[in-house]
Amino acid sequence: MDLALAPETLARWQFGITTVYHFLFVPLTISLAALTAGLETAWVRTGKEKYLRATKFWGKLFLINIAMGVVTGIVQEFQFGMNWSDYSRFVGDVFGAPLAFEALIAFFFESTFIGLWIFGWDKLPKKIHLACIWMVSIGTILSAYFILAANSWMQHPVGYRINEERGRAELTDFWHVLTQNTALTQFFHTMTAAFLVGGAFMVGIAAFHLARKKHIPVMRTSLRLGLITVVVAGLLTAVSGDLLGKVMFKQQPMKMAAAEALWDGEAPAPFSVFAYGDVEKGHNKVAIEIPGLLSFLANDDFESYVPGINDVNKSEQERFGPGDYRPNIPVTYWGFRWMIGFGMASLAIGLIGLWLTRKKFLLPPGLRTGEDEVPNLVLFRNKVLNPRLTKWYWIFALWTMGFPLIASSWGWIFTEMGRQPWVVYGVLRTRDAVSPSVSQGEVLTSMIVFTLLYAVLAVIEVKLLVKYVKAGPPELTEADLNPPTKIGGDDRDADRPMAFSY
Amino acid sequence: MELHDVWFVLIAVLWIGYFFLEGFDFGVGVLTKLLARDRAERRVLINTIGPVWDGNEVWLLSAGGATFAAFPEWYATLFSGFYLPLLLILVCLIVRGVAFEYRHKREEERWQTNWEHAIFWTSLVPAVMWGVAFGNIVRGVKIDGQKEYVGNLFDLLNPYAILGGLVTLTLFTFHGAVFAALKTVGDMRMRARALALTLGLITAALDLGFLTWTQLSHGDGSSLVAMIVAVVALVGAVVAIKAGREGWSFALSGVAITAVVAMLFLTLFPNVMPSSLNEEWNLTVTNASSSPYTLKIMTWCAGVATPLVLLYQSWTYWVFRKRIGTQHIADAH
Repeated sequence: MDLALAPETLARWQFGITTVYHFLFVPLTISLAALTAGLETAWVRTGKEKYLRATKFWGKLFLINIAMGVVTGIVQEFQFGMNWSDYSRFVGDVFGAPLAFEALIAFFFESTFIGLWIFGWDKLPKKIHLACIWMVSIGTILSAYFILAANSWMQHPVGYRINEERGRAELTDFWHVLTQNTALTQFFHTMTAAFLVGGAFMVGIAAFHLARKKHIPVMRTSLRLGLITVVVAGLLTAVSGDLLGKVMFKQQPMKMAAAEALWDGEAPAPFSVFAYGDVEKGHNKVAIEIPGLLSFLANDDFESYVPGINDVNKSEQERFGPGDYRPNIPVTYWGFRWMIGFGMASLAIGLIGLWLTRKKFLLPPGLRTGEDEVPNLVLFRNKVLNPRLTKWYWIFALWTMGFPLIASSWGWIFTEMGRQPWVVYGVLRTRDAVSPSVSQGEVLTSMIVFTLLYAVLAVIEVKLLVKYVKAGPPELTEADLNPPTKIGGDDRDADRPMAFSY
Repeated sequence: MELHDVWFVLIAVLWIGYFFLEGFDFGVGVLTKLLARDRAERRVLINTIGPVWDGNEVWLLSAGGATFAAFPEWYATLFSGFYLPLLLILVCLIVRGVAFEYRHKREEERWQTNWEHAIFWTSLVPAVMWGVAFGNIVRGVKIDGQKEYVGNLFDLLNPYAILGGLVTLTLFTFHGAVFAALKTVGDMRMRARALALTLGLITAALDLGFLTWTQLSHGDGSSLVAMIVAVVALVGAVVAIKAGREGWSFALSGVAITAVVAMLFLTLFPNVMPSSLNEEWNLTVTNASSSPYTLKIMTWCAGVATPLVLLYQSWTYWVFRKRIGTQHIADAH
């Protein structure tokens, strides 16, 4: 079966679907692993039961989520070879190494220690059990680092040479691949965004329970942890995003010009708030702009020249030969805006929340609340927010759960589609990267299979999350409060049921 | 020995690690229908591999990632060529992982039964498919001068490869039964032993046939040695389980898996994926491998990481060394 499509179109759709889907679970896994580890550390250090209950509650949601992250990650490891065999042949010498490092170092870490953590409550002394979740957290972060170094090489290839005889790229400097500024800034940006996702997840669920006055001690602590995470991570996401933007203006001017629908270079260049244009003719019909801001985003001043889409297209034609080097402008333009808009909306809700629920800082004694009370939301001095507005804040806080996820999905769509028509910028075109021996019918089959399977699993996963969110933190048992003192568990009662079993 | 030869050995080691470890957890998955009599017993079985199956599966990801890095041409030809079978394996591994994690998360009868069916089938199918895949790799498939697979799906379903699939299925199930005998108590342990004995005899017969076929069509002196080790170890594992020596039996079934994989790789060398169309089009350790620089970096990485992985994974098995029975499984969550 042959469809009237470019050979790479279906393969690109499939990669997009499986990767965006996988990345819904990744940032939550990264951040919840660390946040759960933080809560368990608090339990081990203070012995306060609310921390253990919080650890068990968030840990359970973390596990429901990571299960999906792990299984959808398997596809990621194999689909380069399946759908992109010419890509694999051409870049394997360079691109394969960070992937193999990821598996050998990070995946083993994560997967082994997650088993120890899940089943280890009655088998490991408290501190060793705690060390296990930290190992998982380190594994998730290392994994992100290696895969982002690999992706950064596609954005900005360094440390390689072209071997004409073998017709492929070969690694010459692995250290450079791992430490180039694209990799470092992209890692910084992705990590901060991941914590924005996890913080917002915590805020949303804590708000859900607090609005109903349930599970107050655990949810109070969670709300605070979540809000601080959202604010710190949100601010750092903006900072790292700015850094990454500046790197991209230098390395992929086309992506950034497209992100702004800046057709022709300007000095000073404006930031576009809204644009609607004609891609064929290469200009905007409607444009609302902030003067000089784009020059600042690109070069840290308000005057400098920023090249436009038409300029970069021309210079790339001179460099790489005739052709159209423009990505899909509307997707790039709007992807960039949705990424920033949704991410920053979440930060705003976090900032407002942190102010509303402030503790001793500027809060009169009469409005302070105890451990087992829902915090008062106080906007101005001396006055609690009225019930209507309070209710609305909790609703917004619940909605914010989804915002950073939408933002990071669009971030990836933006950065990957903004690189087109290249798969490896300036080196290999996407259309030359697909598997020549795989038919369109086969790609279509696998795309339908994955899409259906992922859709069904999404429904199952969300329903489970909702069930366990509503159930709230578990009551602690005698066994929970008396963890074993030796590795392998105590011998007290040989027939005692396991603390956790499948 | 050049670096690409070292990497040929290391890829073999990663597959051995994978088949040794995930071998028994696939086997345990199959036993949920062969050995367990009710839900409580199925849960005992699933929990014997509960803390470790995920770590075991990473051996596959490492084998895949390392093949990509060390032999990009092999990775590209194999995965694009065996497209649909690989799709089926991926679907199974996805559903299987979710099944383990989600099965106990709801009380509904239908929910739990469905996931239990899933665990059985998604353990059985990959156990067969890996054997079929390796059978085809050893036998040689239609690869053209551009290193592209030009055969179709039905070319992969030949008698030799299908026999290979039955061998991995029975070998893993036997390995899993011995593991179950080693990890459970009471009545289940005794039934696991008895079942292992039957499975062991079937496995030994199929193994002997498949390995002899392999030896006659592709073998040499070194593969013959591996074959003899495989057969002797397998017979030893059967004798040991009959004598009630579960630890010995498990070690020997592990040796048998190791020797079978070693034999397949020995018959391949210096090819990694022979072409059935023309010998000149074979993918070899030379024409499919990465540059010496990449291989050197990879060697450092594997040299440091693999022993560490073995160390902390072994520690995991030691932490969960206690046998379990139905009394250890809590009713509800």
